[in-house]
Amino acid sequence: MNYLMPEFLVQVDHERCRRCKLCVNNCGFEALDFKERVVSDDSKCVACHRCVLVCPERAINVVKNPVAFKESYHWNVEHIKNIYKQAATGGKLLTATGNEKPYKSYFDHLVLDACQVTNPSIDPLREPMELRTYLGSKPDKVEIVKENGKYKLKTKMPPQVKLETPIVFAAMSYGAISLNAHKALAAAAKECGILYNTGEGGLHRDLYEYADHTIVQVASGRFGIDREYLNKGVMVEIKIGQGAKPGIGGHLPGEKVDEEVSQTRRIPVGSDAISPAPHHDIYSIEDLSQLIYAIKEATNYQKPVCVKIAAVHNVAAIASGIARAGADVIYIDGFRGGTGATPATIRDHVGIPIEMALAAVDDRLRSEGIRNRVSIIASGGIRSSADMIKAIALGADAVGIGTAALIAIGCQMCQKCHTGRCSWGIATQRPERVRVLKPEKAKEQLVNLVRSWSLELKEILGALGVNAVESLRGSRERLRGIGLNQIELEILGVKPVGR
Amino acid sequence: MIGTFPRIPSGCAISGMINKKGQCMTGEAIIQSIALMHDRSNGLGGGFAAYGIYPRFKEHYALHMLYNSEKDRLATEEYLKDKFVIDMSEPIPTRNVPNITDAPLVWRYFLKVDPKALSEQENQVDETDYVVAAVMHINNCIEGAFVMSSGKNMGAFKGVGYPEDIGRFFRLEEYEGYIWIAHGRFPTNTPGWWGGAHPFCLLDWSVVHNGEISSYGINKRYLEMFGYKCELQTDTEVVSYLVDLMHRKQGIPLEIACKVLAAPLWKDIDKMEPDQKELFTALRQVYGSALLNGPFSFIIANSRAMIGLNDRIKLRPMTVGVKDDMVYMASEESAIREICPDLDDVWIAKGGEAIIAELEEGVEV
Repeated sequence: MNYLMPEFLVQVDHERCRRCKLCVNNCGFEALDFKERVVSDDSKCVACHRCVLVCPERAINVVKNPVAFKESYHWNVEHIKNIYKQAATGGKLLTATGNEKPYKSYFDHLVLDACQVTNPSIDPLREPMELRTYLGSKPDKVEIVKENGKYKLKTKMPPQVKLETPIVFAAMSYGAISLNAHKALAAAAKECGILYNTGEGGLHRDLYEYADHTIVQVASGRFGIDREYLNKGVMVEIKIGQGAKPGIGGHLPGEKVDEEVSQTRRIPVGSDAISPAPHHDIYSIEDLSQLIYAIKEATNYQKPVCVKIAAVHNVAAIASGIARAGADVIYIDGFRGGTGATPATIRDHVGIPIEMALAAVDDRLRSEGIRNRVSIIASGGIRSSADMIKAIALGADAVGIGTAALIAIGCQMCQKCHTGRCSWGIATQRPERVRVLKPEKAKEQLVNLVRSWSLELKEILGALGVNAVESLRGSRERLRGIGLNQIELEILGVKPVGR
Repeated sequence: MIGTFPRIPSGCAISGMINKKGQCMTGEAIIQSIALMHDRSNGLGGGFAAYGIYPRFKEHYALHMLYNSEKDRLATEEYLKDKFVIDMSEPIPTRNVPNITDAPLVWRYFLKVDPKALSEQENQVDETDYVVAAVMHINNCIEGAFVMSSGKNMGAFKGVGYPEDIGRFFRLEEYEGYIWIAHGRFPTNTPGWWGGAHPFCLLDWSVVHNGEISSYGINKRYLEMFGYKCELQTDTEVVSYLVDLMHRKQGIPLEIACKVLAAPLWKDIDKMEPDQKELFTALRQVYGSALLNGPFSFIIANSRAMIGLNDRIKLRPMTVGVKDDMVYMASEESAIREICPDLDDVWIAKGGEAIIAELEEGVEV
């Protein structure tokens, strides 16, 4: 007997239904069928809402299955269901997106300052407000010479990448998400003057034209990597870890490896692409340094090299090592960061929040006097411009957004990316599903999201009385903690409200 | 240092004057100038810095001190004796002024660095770093003691009160200097602390400042990376440290350092000639955390120059006046006309534009 009861129930109003079958054709999970009328296999429904939203008659609803379990705080329904699943299969429980557990969100315990009287707030509608941000290693000082009465720069600056607003799209591989999703991200990055990230799945040729807005990733699987690939971006990112699954490599189920993905990744069609947990040429920090410089050689020292790590207990010391190993940018991904596939137990129980990790890293790099040497990108559960702004005030140069970007193009957070069935054409390679995601429209939605957040950032900068984002970066004096204990405040480097 | 204080926002009046030929003037004019702007301050802070006032001791570091008590003075002198050769030690002359009450002990020393003590330092440091470290030590570690100024042939005179009263208290009309700067303070609560008044000084730098630096939080953290301790919680402090870092330690020309503090906007940088664009882009990339953001006008001086600077969108006033060899800068034109009614030229400084008035080449002071 299957002990699992459906998590959701599909309710069809057969009075309103005009039997158009749009819902049936749109369900990536095959939960709906048509037998004289729409019928559902509720056990397959994941609450992705595609049917609800495509139904022209608004005749469908999806509700939580109200079936009652005897309540127990310790043995809640989720634990019981997981045991049923494991007893039936003997497998690891897989899931997707980011940590869903009710751990404290420190963003929600930080509030921002505003100017009153002694310093004026600045009106972003009437005054310039600068968001431009450069990623790359900065020297501690510049040398200047005077030639023919004019000052000139003598220092040769390390490579810098310009962002018109301090946002990058987080790494999401082609394979994990569809080519249409990638096209939308790439085109939006270009229009916004920011960057998108190939993830570890190589780079489809159709996206070569976006090279000036591309971060190319080198992960442990080394899928699709060669010299041409490394030079098809403005920055190269070595992925050591990811917030959703610290300590393990990428997972791309064979179901998602079609002909195109196979070509791009250079792996056989239908084969699982499980990247190794560590890079097999990185077993310590000196090995990382070697890879950083190998990439710099391959790209002629023209591109900053970024190292991405998951936020784990000892993140500050690790980041310091990475800075000293020659990285130009450190990308820290907190435990709320998303993924296309991960064991649930790792997603939900490994890693630390980005707020704490970021504060600890920024502090450590400053205390060692090497903060200038690297830029910091923070990610892992950035939900709003407010989260972004607080991350910048804690010390981030820019933030990475993955989940938020996918939500902007229709993701309903059903957490089923790993099945490859995404009804919305985002986390799937099935042609009939990919087709429903229109790159041009999705690009617009992404551009709008970045624009909204940028406007809100300007609004807050104005309220803070500053007109350049670098005056907020690391300015923890403008943050206060609410409902945090002394040690938490200390780690975040902020005072409590009222002080 | 004397106690710990929360950061206190304040409005202000500033005034400054320099004779480019190095001719000295008494403190009378600067007192009159700052007194005219009486209503811009509220009696909770006033101060002056003057250059050229100690010709007899021009090779000595003149240490102007505030002490809470005799005990603090003795403790500080114990420390100074180990680090320096003290050639002169005396109270700073004052007179009784009705509005000035609760004055701390004010003292001055004329010091030379003990070469032996300097050579015994663990890391090789130059003399100026050695003096800076001593100032930082006294201000942070010796209770009840505060260094008002530590430069050569210059000194700061400041306290709680209206600036004109502070000027009379310190008998400034009896000193002669070729640069004078002054400040009247309007803090939004009562500090009751003399060290919190302007100018703020380090080595021969002095700063008077009208405004609040909204980027203080990051400016402070940036400076801490280079070993500066901003324990005084005044935003003016970061101005002098930033200039010290860029100009004295890193050799950046003053004019360019001003372009870091009040950086040109990206839209203007984008329109520059390629080599200028490259320079200013690099400056903003490297020194973004040194950008002073928020409303300010300040006058910063050293032994050879007086510089006026406004924030880049001009949120605070500053007028410049020129007469023969004299250059004046003040929050209001009236404060300049008060002491020099017949100016050759007068203009309002633009946002982000540094007004640099230097001693003429060859002038020895």
